[in-house]
Amino acid sequence: MDVSRFEKLSETAWRIAPFGGMRVPAIVYATEDLMTEMDDKVFDQVTNVAKLPGIVRASYAMPDAHWGYGFPIGGVAAFDADEGGVVSAGGVGFDVSCGVRTHLTHLTREQVVSVQQELADALFEHVPAGVGSEGEIALDAQGMNAMLLGGAQWAIERGFGRPEDLDRIEERGCASGADPAAVSEHARKRQRREMGTLGSGNHYLEVQEVAEIFDDKIAAAYGLVKGECVVTIHCGSRGLGHQIGTEYLREMVLSAPNYGIELPDRELACAPIKSELGQKYLGAMRAAINCALANREIIGHLARQVFARFFAQEDLPLMFDVSHNTCKVERHAIDGETRQLFVHRKGATRAFGPDHESLPQALRPYGQPVLIGGSMGAGSYVLAGVKTSEPQAFSSACHGAGRRMSRHAATRTWGGRQVVDDLRAQGIIVKSPSLRGVAEEAPGAYKDVRAVVDSAEAAGLARKVAFLKPLICVKG
Amino acid sequence: MAILDPATVRLEQTVDFALEAPSLDLLLVDWLNALIYEMAERRMVFGAFHVKIENDRLKGRALGEAVSRVRHAPAVEAKGATYTELAFVEDRPGLWRAQCVIDV
Repeated sequence: MDVSRFEKLSETAWRIAPFGGMRVPAIVYATEDLMTEMDDKVFDQVTNVAKLPGIVRASYAMPDAHWGYGFPIGGVAAFDADEGGVVSAGGVGFDVSCGVRTHLTHLTREQVVSVQQELADALFEHVPAGVGSEGEIALDAQGMNAMLLGGAQWAIERGFGRPEDLDRIEERGCASGADPAAVSEHARKRQRREMGTLGSGNHYLEVQEVAEIFDDKIAAAYGLVKGECVVTIHCGSRGLGHQIGTEYLREMVLSAPNYGIELPDRELACAPIKSELGQKYLGAMRAAINCALANREIIGHLARQVFARFFAQEDLPLMFDVSHNTCKVERHAIDGETRQLFVHRKGATRAFGPDHESLPQALRPYGQPVLIGGSMGAGSYVLAGVKTSEPQAFSSACHGAGRRMSRHAATRTWGGRQVVDDLRAQGIIVKSPSLRGVAEEAPGAYKDVRAVVDSAEAAGLARKVAFLKPLICVKG
Repeated sequence: MAILDPATVRLEQTVDFALEAPSLDLLLVDWLNALIYEMAERRMVFGAFHVKIENDRLKGRALGEAVSRVRHAPAVEAKGATYTELAFVEDRPGLWRAQCVIDV
């Protein structure tokens, strides 16, 4: 993007004053280098979001922002129902509640490396991944409804996980207000055999070494120890979420004129929060959030089963589970007044600072863990939410490195076998059913994750806690 | 929907579609989403398609087989058809352009 189109607020904050129907300004958080690297479409998209009814304070983009459908990936926007605010299926995205969780181990890098190939093979064999993969859990209609209402709590009741995990999942693993009746038969059918599956694309299960600690106190509170290994899982609501996104996007596109909403882009399809359609979508989306939370809980359970074969003493406690494609009801201070807002985060992570009431007691003094998935080679980061993020972006931070190259361009640049071999030479074992999929996810197809998290920290969105280097990567 | 070489798909089964939408471009989105749904639900891949459009109605048939992760090696699964860069227009008499971005 051309930075001359922005007003520079600081080294990492750039503002676009309202113009052409924008109701609020747009603000992008990034260094000048990252801004320059961003697609021009981010400018169009972050300003289009600012035109939606009932938007509060500003339309935001995180340092990993890139072109998305309607909303930029890395977009954050909050709406007030009392001011005609909307909920947008496009603002949540197709993969509802896609997110990341990290489990802790006390295993050293050396212990994992001693069984690295066998562990990689076992994880790949035990955790369904890739196109057409199926889980072991088949859901009937009753089971589907229970899952859509119960989320990770349902999974734990079925024996896939442990009760203490719930403290470490947003909303204790269950989004309230889910409405299974708002989930279509097609969405249910698409999910029947997909519980406990990773999916494809950028989803993964990684075994990572805690390679660097930036904040000793917070890392200790999170249970992160340099030289020890963790297990990180990235996936979402699978076919059910995709189908809900598809169906409600269409309905909102067709209904927008009836609500007097002029869409600057059909991908921003939305409905008033207080409308019947808005409420129906919220019920379906929350059901999809529960599906994603249950799915990640089951995959965490599968990972525990595999690790138990190799290291009987390891029980892989959950450090945290956080979603990054959601719309959530939160209370935020606006001009000194606390208001209830519907905060959309699309490819952006909630990042509550210290003392936030939603955090479990053990984490409350330190802020919410913010899990940033990098590419297979570059590694990932754990950040902590900070209080300054609240006024900056409704307590939000980035979610990953962000693509800098399309999937098609990546496959023209790298071969999957070459990527696997190159990573193996760096000590990283990649297991995937698709070499093309690996090529699409080549490390070079992503931005520099270090630059992204440094930007987030400098902008006051989150604080760096630890850097995680992959040792095993199971790709979908 | 998944990225693969259509030449590897055996045309052993057929799935029929009947769709209706208020405009041609929305009909294109609906057709692609119907294919995505059937591929996910039936665990199939398709290699040949027949489509007939009259006014705002589409009748279609897709031919394919059950997905084989070994033989087809599908790379990514599609989440849904989007409205981004969506077009279904007659650029000049007799020459139609249909384009749609699929979220994967």
